[in-house]
Amino acid sequence: MSVIPAVVAINTFREAVRDRVLYNLIFFALMMIGASILVGEISIGISRLVIINLGLSAISIFGLVMAIFIGVGLVSKEIEKRTLYTLLSKPVRRWEFLVGKFGGLLLTLTVNTILMTLGLAAALYYVSRNFLRADASVLVAVYFILLELALVTALALFFSCFSSPMLSTLFTLGVYVSGIFSKDIRDIGMLTRNPAMQAAAQVLYYVLPNFHNFNTITAAAHGESIPLSLIWQNTAYAALYVMLVLIAASAVFSGRDLK
Amino acid sequence: MGTPAIEIEGLTKDYAVGFWRKRMRRSLDNLTLQVEEGEAFGFLGPNGAGKTTTLKLLMSLVFPSAGTARVRGRSIDDVRMHREIGYLPEQPYFYDYLTARELLDYYARFFGYPLAERRQRVTRFLERVGLADAGDVQLRKFSKGMLQRVGIAQAIVHDPQVIFLDEPMSGLDPVGRREVRDIILDLKRQGRTVFFSTHILSDAEMLCDRVAVLLGGKLQGVGAPGEIVSMEVYGMEVFFEMRPGSSPPTALAGSATKIGERYRVEVPEVQLYPVLEQLRNCQARILSVAPLRPTLEDYFLKLVARDKAAPHPAGEGAR
Ligand SMILES: Nc1ncnc2c1ncn2[C@@H]1O[C@H](COP(=O)(O)OP(=O)(O)OP(=O)(O)O)[C@@H](O)[C@H]1O
Ligand SMILES: [Mg+2]
Repeated sequence: MSVIPAVVAINTFREAVRDRVLYNLIFFALMMIGASILVGEISIGISRLVIINLGLSAISIFGLVMAIFIGVGLVSKEIEKRTLYTLLSKPVRRWEFLVGKFGGLLLTLTVNTILMTLGLAAALYYVSRNFLRADASVLVAVYFILLELALVTALALFFSCFSSPMLSTLFTLGVYVSGIFSKDIRDIGMLTRNPAMQAAAQVLYYVLPNFHNFNTITAAAHGESIPLSLIWQNTAYAALYVMLVLIAASAVFSGRDLK
Repeated sequence: MGTPAIEIEGLTKDYAVGFWRKRMRRSLDNLTLQVEEGEAFGFLGPNGAGKTTTLKLLMSLVFPSAGTARVRGRSIDDVRMHREIGYLPEQPYFYDYLTARELLDYYARFFGYPLAERRQRVTRFLERVGLADAGDVQLRKFSKGMLQRVGIAQAIVHDPQVIFLDEPMSGLDPVGRREVRDIILDLKRQGRTVFFSTHILSDAEMLCDRVAVLLGGKLQGVGAPGEIVSMEVYGMEVFFEMRPGSSPPTALAGSATKIGERYRVEVPEVQLYPVLEQLRNCQARILSVAPLRPTLEDYFLKLVARDKAAPHPAGEGAR
């Protein structure tokens, strides 16, 4: 395995940091501080629920916004500014560039998510003065959010390999939203007795990413434990899906004229 | 001699144009060309001739409609070819959040140098392009000429054997142009091959072993600058000054032009001595006498004029 994607990834991370992407953490911190003070008045059980719910939802939304908006610009920015011309004159293959860009944004998102999780932990400790065993579910929920972000990043990167940032944003959002409802899409398809519709719904179900299983925010807030099998299943699913999307992106991008 | 440094065979590029991308525009038409190891090779042509297209094809930034090319015996599709080349794009632009030093370090990483060597190389090449003092400034604060210098540094930081430069002198002041000329001559002295595009013909005449002239995507001629244009002297140019109050001899009144205090006259070679005699008789001071040869520029302008007159064969057409 070559180190080239890692070199590109580190530079992508550096770009994000220097572009002050991590400043979103300030908003997150302010929000958690505000929420912690407000919920101080209610019973400990409820305030824990509120803080976890709010914290995890914010981690997920902040991450999604970053993954989509930075993700669709990863490639197009380098083409537009022609920074890619010099890069590709070095011994760098196009897929290595793509994988590096993906890795760089994922690294950024991971660092950002870890810092937000620390903020959430601090808020949780502030309102209840202790941690419970069940709080491990919060960490699992965060992990699932990261897997989801990896998927969304890969999709954004894929779309941006052949369409404008604007369109790519729409496509990625569209796929994300339908990915949340992919199970429902299949179920509705099955309800129509039309075999063509059923087949189409089945195909969609398999092609669209299935985000349903990645959302364990409610379970985590209620302190329910998350089965180990789901962790394995989600990890394998996300890894496979990301790989396929990156392969497709490389196939599209490798044959493309850079203008 | 071994394999040529650059072999281009029938390289052709059609760009799809128009809203539906149905029409094709031929930007490069069946270019065949060889550049030998150690040559400084000038790639000349007016705006839109296809120079940048050729370089982008060689870098696999765009893909040919037909034809192939090899650099040092390796196909341009082979990524290993890129270990041995450097490339300066037209109007280069770099990550503006990095400093010049960080940028060169980033590019050097792709060649697997250990940290100490990278540091030493980056410093050396920053100095080489006259940016020793600007190494730690973010590139967003760089002027156009400074970016051009960084661009040249990144093209040579890994000591490539073959260097492709797309208009290396553009955007540089006279000092900068002189420095780039020196860099190219230096590279040549070290036995590297330098392939560069330019419209500045005097640079090409000064630096190149051979030049190729491209027009409308078609190769018009290849050869030493002196071969492409005949070096025959077609006249003499004389500069002279008159004593205060006197005017030039009447025989020259029609042909001499006054430039400031000086006069310039072009005469056929056979008339040089009679003219000098006349000037001496009226006590003019001769400033200079120089033979006139057609320059690459004349050749170039003639080509373009001929091309404008003839119906255009290249340009657009359906596939
Ligand atoms: N991406 C593109 N799509 C369509 N046509 C293009 C594209 N790039 C270049 N062309 C056309 O190809 C021709 C050659 O362009 P090219 O940039 O190679 O010229 P050049 O010799 O580098 O000119 P200059 O001296 O102005 O840099 C031009 O007619 C240009 O319009
Ligand atoms: Mg050009």
